[in-house]
Amino acid sequence: MNILVGIFVLNLQPIEKKSKMKILVCISKSPDTTSKIAFTDNNTKFDENGVQYIVNPYDEWYALVRALELKETIGGNVTIVTVGNAADEAIIRKALAIGADEAVRIDADPTDAYYTAMQIADYAKSNGFDLVLTGKETINYNGSQVGGMIAEAMDLPFVSLATKLDAAGTTLTLEREIVGGVQVVEVQTPAVISCAKGMAEQRIPNMRGIMAARTKPLQVIAPVAVETLTTYTTYTMPNAKSACKLIDPSNMDELVELLHNEAKVI
Amino acid sequence: MSTLVYINSNNGLNKAALEVVTYSKNLGGNVTVIATGSSNQELLATLGQYGASKVIFEASVTADDAQQLTELIATVAQAENAATIVFSHDVVAKAIAPRLSVKLKAGLVSGAIEAPNADGSIKVNVFSGKAFGSVKVTSDKKIISLLPNSIQPSISGSNCSVEAFNGTLTTSKIKVISTKKPEGAIPLPEAELVVSAGRGLKGPENWGMVEDLAAALGAATACSRPVADIGWRPHHEHVGQTGVAIRPNLYIAAGISGAIQHLAGVNGSKVIVVINTDAEAPFFKAADYGIIGDAFEVLPKLTAAVKKFKAENH
Repeated sequence: MNILVGIFVLNLQPIEKKSKMKILVCISKSPDTTSKIAFTDNNTKFDENGVQYIVNPYDEWYALVRALELKETIGGNVTIVTVGNAADEAIIRKALAIGADEAVRIDADPTDAYYTAMQIADYAKSNGFDLVLTGKETINYNGSQVGGMIAEAMDLPFVSLATKLDAAGTTLTLEREIVGGVQVVEVQTPAVISCAKGMAEQRIPNMRGIMAARTKPLQVIAPVAVETLTTYTTYTMPNAKSACKLIDPSNMDELVELLHNEAKVI
Repeated sequence: MSTLVYINSNNGLNKAALEVVTYSKNLGGNVTVIATGSSNQELLATLGQYGASKVIFEASVTADDAQQLTELIATVAQAENAATIVFSHDVVAKAIAPRLSVKLKAGLVSGAIEAPNADGSIKVNVFSGKAFGSVKVTSDKKIISLLPNSIQPSISGSNCSVEAFNGTLTTSKIKVISTKKPEGAIPLPEAELVVSAGRGLKGPENWGMVEDLAAALGAATACSRPVADIGWRPHHEHVGQTGVAIRPNLYIAAGISGAIQHLAGVNGSKVIVVINTDAEAPFFKAADYGIIGDAFEVLPKLTAAVKKFKAENH
């Protein structure tokens, strides 16, 4: 009898302890980090010619991988969402190959951060996520906008630039960058977090993951009607630097003199 | 037209605070400042010299909870009928400005590097510093988050009035467990002078010469991505496409080859000095001054030269 009870308790305890977490990871596409940047249509459009798109590194390396680690330790489900067209399904399959359970593509051009965030917030609101993760910014527009916008639209707390994230029950413990230092904070789920370097390490999808990704559910949903608040009018490239002035390594006094009198920076 | 500027005055007024007030003054119209974290009224009044006509402060609100701070700024923005809200593009602004954008339905320009053009569009860095874009806000209200070190603060007036915020505050949903701030270190994003090093330094034990030069100049220290990845230096020092993007007046890079991803984070620097043994290092193409030589010899010599210069000139 005693033994039976013991087994019963042992079996039940871990299940009760698991706080299965429903996690949404927002991903965006960005040009491969080695891409040469150029513009077309009178410098009003990014030249996609020959550009290889990848999952935005912050979204993939930190937000997605940390979501998967949390799922592996406490149980749960990881959904990825992106706002984009059919061509973006390549990056969605990549994220699924890394380990996300399912994907949602909101079928629209991510025209500006506000439009994109409103689409994701609308989807997330009706699907009861405990945790919404974004990368700290995209490497193409570097706005750091979408995460905070989703949080406001969902009326949820937002912790930005988090470098560590742990979950116990409904409490999230995070380390984040603050001006001139780091801070450890706690917040209750549901919450929106933007993820920066330090949170996780990049994972390379294996063949099993790639095969499994082909059959994982990918839901395409129609966008909601939202206006945009900003638009890019033109793009320009930085001016080419004039030739580099070479200084003799043994004559650092000359460099200091030039930095003071010519460049006027010290 | 009325502009509202947010300032976190927790540690006094930094240069970034003076930059955003100057920037707002240059937009034309009336400038009101909302400051949190400090109640030093004498200090806050000096913002009038940079163009503020009034400072409203709320010492009890920190920058810890973006939601709470957003509510506060939105309340003041509505009371002051602000058409434009200006932030310094730091970690606080990155949390608050997007929330405020949704709350006020005001288009957000992140990381502005110049005053608005004649057509109202504003220049920002895109593609991690590899290019510039001009962003136009199409909503009635707008929010501008100004990249530190983009403009020089300038004095145009005298002290202004300072008053306490008297509205309702919401409670913070963020519980702070601990805060660590390295003593005396200069935060990288707002540093005017930066000394950076890469794998050419061969090991973390050799960083003393980088720190010596930084100390002699009063500069912040930075590093390349491989150096942060292998743990020689902390991640927050990593500048580049996936690290911090900086635009100091002077960037000195030792033992960094200058891969495109690194250049993306630093090519907003006004002057770049490159020290590398390899004359073919791509970084020399982006440099203003180049030294083909061994960092182990050049850095101590440069430190000595800087010390000599400082002793003679100050």
